[in-house]
Amino acid sequence: MNPTTDVKTYSGFRLATIFCMVILYAPLIVVTIYSFNASNSITVWKGLSFRWYVDVFIGPESTKFKQAAFNSFSIAFIAGTLATCIATAAATAIVRGGQYRLRTPSLGLITLPIMVPEIVLAVATLIFFNSIGFTRGYLTILIAHTAFCIPFAYLPIQARMQGIEDSFEHAAMDLYATRSQAFRRILLPLMLPGIISGFLLAFIVSLDDFIITNFVKGAGIETLPTAIFGSVKQGLKPNIMAISTMLLCLSIVMVTISYFISKWDKTK
Amino acid sequence: MKDKTDIAVEIQAAVKRYGNFTALHRISLSIRDNEFFTLLGPSGCGKTTLLRLIAGFEDVSEGQIYLFGDEIDTLPPHKRSVNTVFQNYALFPHMSVLQNVAFGLEMQGKSLSKARKRAGEMLELVQLSQYANRKPAQMSGGQQQRVALARALAPQPKVLLLDEPLSALDLKLRKAMQLELKHIQRETGITFIFVTHDQEEALTMSDRIAVMSNGALQQLGAPRDIYEQPHNMFVADFIGDTNLLEVTVEAISDGDAKCRIDDSHALICPAVETVVVGARLHLSIRPERMILTEEANANQSFKGTVVENIFIGTDITTIVKLETGSQITVRTSNSDRGSKRIIDVGHDAFVNMEVGAARLLAD
Repeated sequence: MNPTTDVKTYSGFRLATIFCMVILYAPLIVVTIYSFNASNSITVWKGLSFRWYVDVFIGPESTKFKQAAFNSFSIAFIAGTLATCIATAAATAIVRGGQYRLRTPSLGLITLPIMVPEIVLAVATLIFFNSIGFTRGYLTILIAHTAFCIPFAYLPIQARMQGIEDSFEHAAMDLYATRSQAFRRILLPLMLPGIISGFLLAFIVSLDDFIITNFVKGAGIETLPTAIFGSVKQGLKPNIMAISTMLLCLSIVMVTISYFISKWDKTK
Repeated sequence: MKDKTDIAVEIQAAVKRYGNFTALHRISLSIRDNEFFTLLGPSGCGKTTLLRLIAGFEDVSEGQIYLFGDEIDTLPPHKRSVNTVFQNYALFPHMSVLQNVAFGLEMQGKSLSKARKRAGEMLELVQLSQYANRKPAQMSGGQQQRVALARALAPQPKVLLLDEPLSALDLKLRKAMQLELKHIQRETGITFIFVTHDQEEALTMSDRIAVMSNGALQQLGAPRDIYEQPHNMFVADFIGDTNLLEVTVEAISDGDAKCRIDDSHALICPAVETVVVGARLHLSIRPERMILTEEANANQSFKGTVVENIFIGTDITTIVKLETGSQITVRTSNSDRGSKRIIDVGHDAFVNMEVGAARLLAD
C-alpha cells in the first residue's frame, strides 16, 4: 500500500483504534471477570469463585433458567432450520431464476426486515397474531423468529451462490441429470458452506432476540433474554453475569465456526 | 428425413432471437456421422449459440434440430444423447476426477461399480489413471481439459460437442491436444462438433468446416476448399492471410475472367458462376501463391518495390508496393531460399502469379 494513503500513517490512528476497542470490549471483559466474583455484590471484588456458575445450574432460579434455555435453544434451532430452508429456496430462485420482472423487488423484500426498526416488526407481529386470534406462546415465538431470521440466513447463501457459475449445472444436465438431480448432486454441495453460515447466523440472531420475543411471547413462557431481563428487574445479581459469560462464549464459538466454514473449500 | 444412418445432426432453418436481437438467421446444416465438424467464426458470430441449441441449453426460436433422425429441439438437455466439453471445463469442484467422469454414467442409471469401472477405462484413454482420486483444482489446465473430455465421452454420446476446449491452453499443449482430439475422434468413431475462433485449429483438425459470421453461415466445406476457394470476402479474409484487390470484371471467356486493376494492369483468374461483366469485385490472392523475382518471368507479372522483409521462422514475408499503388504480401518458404534470393528493401521486384492463383469473391 502507498505509505501516504495508508490509514496507519494518519495522526491519532492508534489512539482512535484503542478508544474504539475499549468502548466495544471493556463491558464484556468486566462482566466476564465479575462472573467469577465470590461476593454477593456485583461491584465489590471478593476473590475468585465459581459459585455463581453453580448457582445458575442448581440455585433458586435454576429451574426458570433451565426452562428458558431449553425454549431459547429449541426455538433457535427450529427457527434457524426453517429460515435456512426458506432462504435457500429464495436464493436459488433469485440467483438462478433468470431475469424475471420482480427480481429486484423480491430481493429488496427479503432483506428489508434487517433495515426495519425491530420495535416496528415486534408491534406488527403482535397485531398480526392478535387479529387472527392466535394464542400467544411457544408457537408464536417460533413463527416470529422463523420470519425475521430469513434475511439473516439469506445473505450468506446468496453470496455463496453468486460465486457458483451456472456451467456446473449445465454440465450436470448435459450428463443426463434432471433438474432436481443437478440441484442435489451439484448445486447443494457447492452451496453448503453458505447454507451452514446462514444457519449459524439465523441461530444466533434468534437466540439473542429480545424485543420481538418479549412482544409475542405469552404469559409464563420465557426465553433466555426475557428471563435474564425479568431477573435483572428484581435486582442485578452476579448469576446474571455468569449466564451472560456463557452466552458470550457460545457466540464466540459459533462465530469462529462460521468463519472457518466460510473459508472451508471442498475443492482442495 | 434423410437416411437415418449417415446424418448425425440435421439443423433445419434454425433461428435464435434474444428480444430484438437475432443471434442466428435461419441456419441449415447437415453434420455427417463420424465426422469432425467445426463451427468457425469470430466471437459473437453465433457459433456457441448454435452449439448450445444442439446441447439444449437454449431453445430454438424457429426451426428444427434432428439427432440421427429424431427431433430433439424440444427435449431438455438430459434427454439428448449429446455431451459437451465446456470452454471452462465445468468440472465439479467437490468431486474427485473419477467421480466427475463417472457422473454421467451414474445419471444414466448404471450401477456405481459399473460407472466407476468405465470411468477408470476412460481415464486410461486420456492417460490420467494415476490422478483418479485428485480434485480438479489440483490438476493443471491440460489435465483438466482431458478430464472434461473423458467425462463427456464416458456415457458414449452419439455426438460430442466441444466449445472452444483448447482456448485456455498454451500453444504447445494446444497443438498436442489438437492431434490427440483428432486421434480420439477417429478411435471412438463419435461425431465431434467443435467450436473455435482459431482458423488454424479448424484447418488442422476438421473434416468439414462451417464458417459463420453475424449469425449466418458464410461457407461450408472441407478445409482445403474453404482455404483455396473462399466464397466471399469474409471467408477469404478470416481464413489464413490473403491479399484483397478491388477489380472490375472486363471480359469472361472459357471460364476465365479478365479483371482490370487500373488502366495499365489487368489479371486473369477463374470466373466464379455468379460473375457478370462490369461487376466491381474483390480478388483474393494467397501470399504463398506468388513468386517474387528480380525479372518478370510469368505471363502475369506486376512490378513493384520491396518495402519490408519479415523473417517469421519457416517463411519470409515480403511486403511489396505495386505500381498500381496497392501493397501486397508475398510469402516465401525458407526452404526455397537456396534457389531464390531475397530481394533487399528498396529494390525493384516482380510479383508473378499463375492464372489459378487469384480467386474472385462473390461480394
